[in-house]
Amino acid sequence: MVLKDITTTFEKGKTNLIIGQSGSGKTVLMKCCIGLLEIDQGDIIFDGLNFSGLSEKRKRITRQEMGMLFQGGALFDSFTVEDNVMFPLNMFTKMSREEKLEKVNTTLKHVNLVNANKKYPSEISGGMTKRVAIARAIALNPKYLFCDEPNSGLDPKTAERIDALISRLTEQFEMTTAINTHDMNSVLQIGQKISYIHEGELWWEGDKDEIMHTDNKELNEFVFATELTRRAK
Amino acid sequence: MKFLFDIGDYVVLMYQAFKKPDKGRVFMRQLLMDFRSYGTDSIGIVAIISVFTGAIIAIQTAYNMDNPLLSMKLVGFSTRQMMILEFSPTIISLILAGKVGSSIASEIGTMRVTEQIDALKVMGINPANYLILPKITAAMIYNPILIIFSIFLGLSGGYAACHFTGLVPTPAYVEGLRSWFEPFTINYALIKTVVFAFIIASVSGYKGYTVKGGSVEVGRASTKAVVISSILIIFFDLILTQMLLT
Repeated sequence: MVLKDITTTFEKGKTNLIIGQSGSGKTVLMKCCIGLLEIDQGDIIFDGLNFSGLSEKRKRITRQEMGMLFQGGALFDSFTVEDNVMFPLNMFTKMSREEKLEKVNTTLKHVNLVNANKKYPSEISGGMTKRVAIARAIALNPKYLFCDEPNSGLDPKTAERIDALISRLTEQFEMTTAINTHDMNSVLQIGQKISYIHEGELWWEGDKDEIMHTDNKELNEFVFATELTRRAK
Repeated sequence: MKFLFDIGDYVVLMYQAFKKPDKGRVFMRQLLMDFRSYGTDSIGIVAIISVFTGAIIAIQTAYNMDNPLLSMKLVGFSTRQMMILEFSPTIISLILAGKVGSSIASEIGTMRVTEQIDALKVMGINPANYLILPKITAAMIYNPILIIFSIFLGLSGGYAACHFTGLVPTPAYVEGLRSWFEPFTINYALIKTVVFAFIIASVSGYKGYTVKGGSVEVGRASTKAVVISSILIIFFDLILTQMLLT
């Protein structure tokens, strides 16, 4: 069993961070939330709808209200940036080609990405890949955005930009955003609600101010593991 | 035991794949792309192999007919029968299992390990249907076309061999091609091809879809897809031959 007795709520319009060491079960929790992994027991509820009890067909319909940013971006590598962002529009809307193009360009502007429409994922940087993946995730204006380690593999400056972008989009589109991370900069920058997972259990919950003054031993060891954070404290 | 689990998983995956596509236009676009990737792009190799094999069959038959009482038109007859009954439907399918099967398995397998399939699922798309159904449909439509093309080129290769080597007079070869012809043999070849096309695309799709791990596992899945498809092609060749020709 990877996760045990986790009861938590992701708050609407906020960036909800799930933190914990590598292997603590953060990604498993997120995959359970979106139904990529089946849970053995318990419920996953979206706005009163018991998602875990739905049929696969109903789950697919509900997932159209979700966007997900995968750790590696998971862009379709045979599609251009434009086609990647247009993909959900092709699948779920009856927009004309012109309307879709306009929507794609607007969405790419939201993530500060211009003049990259015709590039392939292999031709763009890691930060751009994440931004395209975010653009694809928000193309259908989802109610829920899930981000699995959005900063992994990025330099600190780009990581900060991605954090700021996700935070801004969450407010702008009034999404419920859940982010998996073990990056303390993200925690301190955008953590409106923080859940700390330790060995598959929910160990602590609070916000970015409370986390600095917690007396939880395991959490302190995680948060202040580096010289930099110890100095910051 | 794992073999039984694999069969169960394969059946479940095919059940998922053979559902109504989410969007007809997107399915058609995928289908056209797969026609190109797995059909049109295979024309070259099919053409080369068929021409040479037809020529070799004709030459081999002519060299081995040392009884002067045997009519030279038997060369045309045997070339035609071998091309239609076995070479084009079975051997070309085995070659396509190598070329197309490995391509399908590695394409879908790479999508699996880079989380592209998960991304499709999170978007609310049925990935099996989106990825595998167009490939199976493309293979089942395009492979019979390739096989007809192969038969035609094989017989032409035999004709060219007779013409350039002078082993068999070309009128005798052509007469042989037209002798004792059973139209059902064409149907038999096409039925086999459609079954083999389904095997190639579905088994390769399954092996790619169920990859776990990284690039090494994608390579292994690709190899397994070719091996399993080839074995199943030979196995079903035996069954279909028994069912259709006896």
